[in-house]
Amino acid sequence: MKKFLIPLGLFFGLVVFLALGLQRDPHEIPSPLINKPAPAFSLPTLDPAAGGFSPADMQGRVWLLNVWATWCVACRQEHPLLVDFAQRHQVPIVGMSYKEIQPQDVQAQGMDATAKLQFARERSQVWLSRYGNPYVLSVMDLDGRVGIQYGVYGVPETYVIDKQGVIRYKAVGEVTPAILASKVLPLIQKLNAS
Amino acid sequence: MGALHTSALWAELVAARRSRVAAFGQPARRGLAASLSLAVAGLFQLPAAAQGPQPAAAVVSASAAATTPHPVASAAPAAAVATAPVATGQAVASPTSTLGPEAAPMTDEPVLEARLLKLSEELRCLVCQNESLASSRAELADDLRREVRSLLREGKTDPQVKDFLVERYGDFVLYRPELKPMTWLLWFGPFVLLLGAVAGLGWYLRQRRQLAQTAPALSDAERARVDQWLKD
Repeated sequence: MKKFLIPLGLFFGLVVFLALGLQRDPHEIPSPLINKPAPAFSLPTLDPAAGGFSPADMQGRVWLLNVWATWCVACRQEHPLLVDFAQRHQVPIVGMSYKEIQPQDVQAQGMDATAKLQFARERSQVWLSRYGNPYVLSVMDLDGRVGIQYGVYGVPETYVIDKQGVIRYKAVGEVTPAILASKVLPLIQKLNAS
Repeated sequence: MGALHTSALWAELVAARRSRVAAFGQPARRGLAASLSLAVAGLFQLPAAAQGPQPAAAVVSASAAATTPHPVASAAPAAAVATAPVATGQAVASPTSTLGPEAAPMTDEPVLEARLLKLSEELRCLVCQNESLASSRAELADDLRREVRSLLREGKTDPQVKDFLVERYGDFVLYRPELKPMTWLLWFGPFVLLLGAVAGLGWYLRQRRQLAQTAPALSDAERARVDQWLKD
């Protein structure tokens, strides 16, 4: 009976469609910044002695930009992987401390900008000395405006930026060993070779 | 994937809790002022006051506002005054009344805020993905509204603001994405499906009609059996 097969076929088509939909993560929004120059910025660094940092300083090197914060739970999960990566590879990771001071940090609310930066620096330093520091340096994006330039909508996020300063890849959420092995490392090799 | 979902949900919960904390900042003082005016309203039985003019309640709660030095704390009684006219009639309208100051408007730039609201209803929040930027209480939505506000202040047009966000977050931020080859399926897909369904229905109906025309007529014996069934 051929007629019987038509709704069955439609049904299985629907099943495949929905199954594919369920496998995808709706929180992973493709970034329009891929293959676009990394937005320029100038921010204070975590280490006051290091002065400031701008992406132009990394010209000629393939590097990673990792958005993190001490209040971010997923960052702590991802952190050992970054520490391990930094020890094993010659690829610099620049950290971007994103909105370190949160509304629930009541003690920091009345502070002026300098005191806030100081507060955020101290807390970030403590966190890094406890969990390890994979970053060549970290910049402090306290109000999250540079984050908006990069299309950050959650922490952590990780960008691979090439020698010309072009964003080549963006990982939303935790970088897992699988993502590192299948996406990030091959891409870095390719970019370093070119 | 499951973990990401859970953490996103958690982030929403945290954001919701945070904004609640923000909304009820300085809980002690404001709570005191609010409960004071509530107690006063209870004393004078505000619902009963609806039967006749009873200005005392409004005056007392207004003086509570006047004696509370903190501007934030005075916001609650001011709101109580604002709702009081329902019960107390002209008492508030009268220029000689001893009322506290009017509640301050939420913004100095009502035109800009109206534009922001209209624009942000067209924009999607990236954290709570089925909420607009106007209704979302996520922290990022707050930041993005601030960013849009400053762009509008710089004199940017609405399309320019949308472009700014699309350049950074993609078409996803637009509830009505632009018409281009990438979005053809999105815009026309439902109509294609509808056309397909209508065509299928038409084909099916024609088949049935042909079947009815070509089917052999009933014999007398069959007709008799049908009549028998119908009677039963």
